[in-house]
Amino acid sequence: MDSFILLRFGDTGWGDEMLRAAIVTILVSLSAMAIGLLVSVFATMSKLSSNGFIRSIGNTYTTVVRGIPELLVIYLLYFGANNAIMGVAKKLFGYNQYIELPVFLIAAIAVGIISGAYSTEVLRGAFLAVPKGQIEASKSVGMNKFLIFRRILIPQVMRYALPGLGNVWQLTLKDTALIMVTGLVEIMRQAHIASGSTYSPFTFYITAALLYLVLTTASSRVLNSAESWANKGVRRA
Amino acid sequence: MNKALEINHLKKSFGDLEVLKDISLNAEKGDVICIIGSSGSGKSTLLRCINLLDIPDSGEVWVNGELIKMSKNKAGNYYPQDQDQVDRIRTKLAMVFQSFNLWSHMTVIQNVVEAPIHVQKIDKNKANKLGLELLAKVGITEKADQFPSSLSGGQQQRVAIARALAIEPDILLFDEPTSSLDPELVGEVLRVMQSLAEEGRTMIVVTHEMGFAKGVASKVIFLHNGHIEEQGTPDELFNAPKSERLKRFLESNLAI
Amino acid sequence: MNFVDFCESLPNEFLGLKVQLMCNSTPKLLGGVPLTIELVLISLLIGFLLALGLALMRISKNRFLNVISRSYVFYFRGTPLLVQIFLIYYGLAQFDFIKESFVWPFFREAYWCGILALTLNTAAYTAEIIRGGLQSVPYGQIESARAIGMSGILLYRRIILPIAFRQALPAYGNEMILMVKGTSLVSTITLMEITGIARYIIAKYWTPVEIFLVAGVIYLVINFLVTQIIKYAEIRFTPYLEHAKKTR
Repeated sequence: MDSFILLRFGDTGWGDEMLRAAIVTILVSLSAMAIGLLVSVFATMSKLSSNGFIRSIGNTYTTVVRGIPELLVIYLLYFGANNAIMGVAKKLFGYNQYIELPVFLIAAIAVGIISGAYSTEVLRGAFLAVPKGQIEASKSVGMNKFLIFRRILIPQVMRYALPGLGNVWQLTLKDTALIMVTGLVEIMRQAHIASGSTYSPFTFYITAALLYLVLTTASSRVLNSAESWANKGVRRA
Repeated sequence: MNKALEINHLKKSFGDLEVLKDISLNAEKGDVICIIGSSGSGKSTLLRCINLLDIPDSGEVWVNGELIKMSKNKAGNYYPQDQDQVDRIRTKLAMVFQSFNLWSHMTVIQNVVEAPIHVQKIDKNKANKLGLELLAKVGITEKADQFPSSLSGGQQQRVAIARALAIEPDILLFDEPTSSLDPELVGEVLRVMQSLAEEGRTMIVVTHEMGFAKGVASKVIFLHNGHIEEQGTPDELFNAPKSERLKRFLESNLAI
Repeated sequence: MNFVDFCESLPNEFLGLKVQLMCNSTPKLLGGVPLTIELVLISLLIGFLLALGLALMRISKNRFLNVISRSYVFYFRGTPLLVQIFLIYYGLAQFDFIKESFVWPFFREAYWCGILALTLNTAAYTAEIIRGGLQSVPYGQIESARAIGMSGILLYRRIILPIAFRQALPAYGNEMILMVKGTSLVSTITLMEITGIARYIIAKYWTPVEIFLVAGVIYLVINFLVTQIIKYAEIRFTPYLEHAKKTR
């Protein structure tokens, strides 16, 4: 019973705070996913490049980010970004004041960088999955590089990549839990605060867990229907 | 003497589709029975019902005078009473599949000796010796330690035949053994099968190779829509077909 | 030249990073490696056994077992590992009946809570990997085994499990790496593995970027070694697949 009182909306309970935190989680996840996708487009191009040096940039990015704990990436960006910005500001503009980037931005960038590394692997796989013969066929009917990219590659890459990107989204959603260490009040941070002041940690962490379950389940519903929409006209064996 | 194989009133449906309608057939020891017919005539299902890879809905299968014991469960479905008996009888009925189905995680020789060692519990050295002999017989000794994925289709199918022979079966079942092979690889497999027939082995062969049926079979069965439309010696069926359907079937398939 | 001299021979600062400090703290951070590896190995081992049970429940025809396995996997894959860790370590203390019971000495220890959370988590992912492996066994290869007189345990032991194991190997390698990374989260419940030690050093000297960089490199090396082990295992167990042909 007590648990329900604790989770009431309004001044007496933490229900509205938890819900607001869930919205922050969604917003960070969406921003991170978008940042990640942007990064992954360039990283994929780099990984598929014929130039060895450019290729090694993309490879280093995915290997390093996927090889060290997400928590460390977030810590590094959280502590490193401000220092770096201040360093640059000082060198270029002689600006000597303390600069602090908005926590939300840092969180979104940090999770975005992690998310981007996984998206890159998905996109790369999707590009390689397009049969070479189709590209040759496009050339044979006189399509130029840009046209092939836009009309033949992109539509198919999107279709091949969709399930994988769906997985990346779920990872991203769960990885945002780690940004509680930056102080941004998302689900985990809110649960942490609430359990600290009510001595009911189980109530709030299980609430947090359920919120994540709702988010992951809802997104997998959406992703599934997106997939079946994208696979229209594709014969299933 | 017992018949090598006796099938009585076999019936099988998949859902509403009646695939086998009351099939009966006999094989004496040393018979080579070729089952022909267009696709969807039920010939593969018939073969698979013999060793219970598909469970018939009713009917009897006798192997060397031993009845495979079947029961009916509550839902009225047929099922084998005694899995041990099924396993034992299956070692007397080796099967060669259309798609080879070699075990991908084992080398060629390991594929061949797997059942002798682990099902029949034959001594390892003895099994290996037998395995090498069989590989020599199908002409593939030099590939013994390679994995199936590095072999051509024809080579894989010859290994599959060696694997089938390794359990020293009384009857060999062939389920369209050349249908997934490139035309130029068909010959090497058919030659191995022919030499097996010449050794006097009992074979039931589902095939599209009319030349093989004509030249090697002791009896040919023409299956149409799940029943035996016509049967007899190759001479009777190929040179003097009685039914209209068989005539038409032969016309479209005898471009050999 | 000993290690301290070596560190002092380095420039004090490079690219704004305190290089000597990074060098000096490396041995301290390496001190966390044994605990990290211990956590990974124990939870992978117990998690694998649990996963085997879950996978069998999932493919069993018993609806009750099936639902339990599904719900378990659904929960542990649908929530962040951090929540799972906090629920066990902080959450259970909310209940007096647990605090008064014989299990409390166990749940009071961050070490056991960490291992429990990691184990339960990896079990869920591993169960899915095992299920995927079992489903990917080509049906024809099972059929040819049955046709030759194999069934039941023999069929599983000689054909299905070996093939499934080989198919699942790359995915399980990924899971091992995820576990190495996952152990860093138990630093949040006071365990002194690599990340925990890093946080401890940072609290003392306030040089977060330097220390976390060194920690990151240590994790990279561990995961590189894990990748090599998996690669070796793949070549050893699946010499017939493409990757092996290229390296041979």
